[in-house]
Amino acid sequence: MKKNTFLRVGLVLTALVVGFIALGLVWTPYAPNAMDFSRLLPPSLAHPMGTDKFGRDILSRVMVGAGDTLLIALGTVVIGTVVGTLVGALTGWYGGWVDELLMRLNDALASFPSILILLVLVSLLGGGQEHMMLALGIVFIPSYARIVRSEFARARTQNYVRMAELMGASTARILFVHILPNIWHTLLSAITIGFNNAVLAEAAMSYLSIGVSPDEASLGYMLSESQSILGSAPWYALGTGLIIVLLILGVSLIGEGLQRGEN
Amino acid sequence: MVEIRDLHVRFHDASREAVAGIDLTIHDGEIVGLVGESGSGKTVTAMTLSGLIERKKVSLSGEVLVGGRDILRLPRTELRTIQGREIGVVFQEPMSAMDPLMRIGAQVEEALAVHTQLTKEQRRARALEVLRDVDLPAPEEIYRKYPHECSGGQLQRVMIAAAIVTDPHLLLLDEPTTALDVTVQAQILALLRRLNQERGISMLLISHNLQVVRRICSRVAVMQRGKIVEKGEMERVFTAPQHPYTAKLINAIPHRAQR
Amino acid sequence: MRYTAKKLATMLLTMVIVSLLTFVAFSLLSGDAATRLLGTEATPEKLEALRRALGLNDPLLVRYARWLLGALHGDLGVSYQYSQSVSALIGQRLGPTLTLTALSFVLILLVSIPLGVMSAKYAGGWLDRTLTVLNQVVMAVPPFFTGILFTYLFGLVLHWFIAGAFPIGGPSHYLGYLFFPALAVALPRIAMTVKLLRTSILDEAQRDYVRTSMSRGRSRSGILYRHVLKNTLVPLVTFLAMTVADLLAGSVVIEQVFAVPGLGRLLLSSIANRDEPVARAIVVLLAFAVILCNLLADLLARRIDPRLTSGAGGAA
Repeated sequence: MKKNTFLRVGLVLTALVVGFIALGLVWTPYAPNAMDFSRLLPPSLAHPMGTDKFGRDILSRVMVGAGDTLLIALGTVVIGTVVGTLVGALTGWYGGWVDELLMRLNDALASFPSILILLVLVSLLGGGQEHMMLALGIVFIPSYARIVRSEFARARTQNYVRMAELMGASTARILFVHILPNIWHTLLSAITIGFNNAVLAEAAMSYLSIGVSPDEASLGYMLSESQSILGSAPWYALGTGLIIVLLILGVSLIGEGLQRGEN
Repeated sequence: MVEIRDLHVRFHDASREAVAGIDLTIHDGEIVGLVGESGSGKTVTAMTLSGLIERKKVSLSGEVLVGGRDILRLPRTELRTIQGREIGVVFQEPMSAMDPLMRIGAQVEEALAVHTQLTKEQRRARALEVLRDVDLPAPEEIYRKYPHECSGGQLQRVMIAAAIVTDPHLLLLDEPTTALDVTVQAQILALLRRLNQERGISMLLISHNLQVVRRICSRVAVMQRGKIVEKGEMERVFTAPQHPYTAKLINAIPHRAQR
Repeated sequence: MRYTAKKLATMLLTMVIVSLLTFVAFSLLSGDAATRLLGTEATPEKLEALRRALGLNDPLLVRYARWLLGALHGDLGVSYQYSQSVSALIGQRLGPTLTLTALSFVLILLVSIPLGVMSAKYAGGWLDRTLTVLNQVVMAVPPFFTGILFTYLFGLVLHWFIAGAFPIGGPSHYLGYLFFPALAVALPRIAMTVKLLRTSILDEAQRDYVRTSMSRGRSRSGILYRHVLKNTLVPLVTFLAMTVADLLAGSVVIEQVFAVPGLGRLLLSSIANRDEPVARAIVVLLAFAVILCNLLADLLARRIDPRLTSGAGGAA
C-alpha cells in the first residue's frame, strides 16, 4: 500500500490538471484572444497569471493552450498504441521474416533522434494539430511496438496461452482476449511514457515555432513569447511552464506507481 | 570443532520457525551430512552457520560456536574475519555463484586478498596450487578464463578451490552436486573425500539426497520441519532408521542405487 | 577482429540508408530551389538555366549519388541562404554544439554516478528517498523551460551571465556561457541516470555471486566496488550512448533558448528558409554521430562483458 503513494499522488495531480484543462474547454475567465486589457499586468485577483504584451489574459490562454497540448498528446497515444499494438502483437506472435524486417526498420528509425524525425516530418506534412499528432504518433510507434512485441513473444510460451490454443481458440482471440489483458500493466506504463514524450515534444516543437500558428494559444509558443519579456513579466513564463511540468509529473507518477505496483 | 546448540531461527514474516531448536556437533576432520527435503531448514542452518543470514530479517537464539566464538553474536566486522578464513562455502549453482565479469583467478584469490597480506605474485602462486589440488588440468589456463568459458563440473572444482584457498577449518557444502550430472557428481564427491583425508578439513554436507551423503559422510542428521528427527553413524542410520521420515527418505532412493 | 569488421560494415550500410532517407525527405519538402534563389519574377529561361547548373533536373538517385560522392570528398554543396560552402558553414557552428554536448555529458557523469551509487548503497534512507522524489520532479521539467528559468534567475536577477550575449572567440571564451545551457539539458538526464543506476545496482545486489563474495569475508562496500558496479556497466554504457545522441539532437532546442550559434540553430534556420543543402547535411551528420555513438557503446560493452564476445564465435 505504501508503495503506491506514487500512483495516488499521480492520479490526484493528473485529475486536478485535467479538470483545470476540461474547465478551459467550456469556460475561461476571459476570451483567450481578447486584447482589451492593460498590457503586462502582474498577477492579480482579476488576472491570476497576469496579462501578456497584447493585454490578453494569460490564465485563459494557458487553459486553452494546455487543452490543445493534451488533445495532441492523447491523439498521439491513440495512434501509437493502436498501430504499435497491432504491429507488435503480430510480429511478436508470428515471428519470421516480417518480424525480422520490421525490427530492422525499427532499428534504422531508432538511429534518428526523435526530435530530428519530428522536425523533418512536420516540415514535410505542414503545420496544424492533426499533422503534429500524426508526426508524434509515427515517432511513438516503434518504441511501443518493440515493448508489445517482447511481451507477446514471452506470452507465447506461457501455459494459459497454450491451454487456449489447445482448446481451439482463434489467433485473434488468443492475442486480444487472452494475452492483452494480461500485459496491460506493462503497456500502460509504456503509454504513460509515450504520453509524456508527446507533451514534451509538442511543447518543444511549438517553442521552436514549428507546426503552429502565432494566434493559437500553444504552450510552447507562449513560452518562446514569454522569453522576450522575461525581465518585465517573469510570471508569464512561470505560469505557462508550470502547467506543462504538472501535467508531465502527474502522468509520470502514475507510470511509476504502475511499475512499482507490478513488482 | 563446530558446535550448534539449541539453534532457533525465525523469519520475521513467517508463521513458524525455519529452524526449531537443533543441536549438532562437527568434530575436527569429520564430514557430517545434513539431509532433508526443501523447506526442512537445512539451508537456513547452513546460512546461519556461515554468517550469511541477514540478521535484520530473522530472530535468532541459541549458540553457534566456531573455534569457541559465537557466530550469532559476533559484530559484523569480526564475523567477516571468520568468513572465508575459517569457514569456506560452496554453493549449489557454480555458474551463478561466480561473478560473470571477473576472471576465475581473481575469484579464487578473493579470500586471500581479503584476509592476508600476500603479494599479488604469492596469491597467484597459491591460487594455481589449489586449482591443481582440485584436479583441474592446465590451471594456468583456467586461471585466465571467465566462468562462462568453463563447464559446470570445472566451475564447481573452482568453487571448492576458492573455498579452501585459505585453509579453513570447516567447509560448508550446500547441495554442491545437485546441479551436476551423475558422473561429475561422483568425481566431485571423490575429490571432497580426498581433500578431507589429506588436509583434515571438517565438512558439513547439505543435501536432499541421502545417497550422496552416504558416499562421503561418517555421521548424518536428518531434518524435518526445522527439527533434527534423527542423527547418528551414517551406516547405522541408513541400514536401521529409527524415524519413519528417515525410512521414507531411504525408500525414495531408487532400488538399484541401494546395491 | 571479425566482429568489429562486420559491425563496421553494418554501420556503413545504415549510414547509406539514413543519408538516402534524409536526402529523399528533404527533396520532397524543399520545393523548387531555383525559384527561391532567383525570385518569382525571374524569366523561365533563367530559372531553367539555374536548375540545369544546379543539376536539379536529374533523377533523385543521380542527385543523391552526386551528393554522396561530393560528401566523401568533404564537399556538401553550397548553402542557398548564405552562398557559402556547407562544410565551411558547419565547421563554424560545430564548436559550440560539440562543447555544449561534451559539457552536459561531463556534468551528467560527474553528478549522476556518485548520486546513483549512494542512492543504492543507502537504499531506503533519507538521501535515497529524497532523490527518488527529486528525480521524478526533475524528469518532468522540459530542458527549455529549465533554460528559461535559469535565464531569469542567473541572468536577469543574479547577473551571473548575460542571456543572449554569446561570447565571440574560441571554446575558451564561450565555455563559461555554455554552463547554464549544459546544466539545463543535463538535469533530466541526470535524474534518469541516477534512477537507472540505482535500479541496476539493487538488482545486481540480489545475485548469487554477491553472497559468494560475502562468504569470503568481503565487506558490503567492498562487494559493491569490486563486483556489483562492474556488472552494472553494460546497461549504463548503452544508456549513456543514447544520452549523447539525445544531447546532440536536443541542441536544436536549447541553443534556441540561450541563443547559442551552433548546429541546432543553423538547422532550424535552414529548415525555415528551405536551405536544403545545409539542412540535410546537418541531419545526416547528427544521425551519423548517433550511429557512431551506438557502435562505440557496443564495442565498449564487449570489452566489459566477455560473454557478449564469445557468442559471436571464437571462444578461446
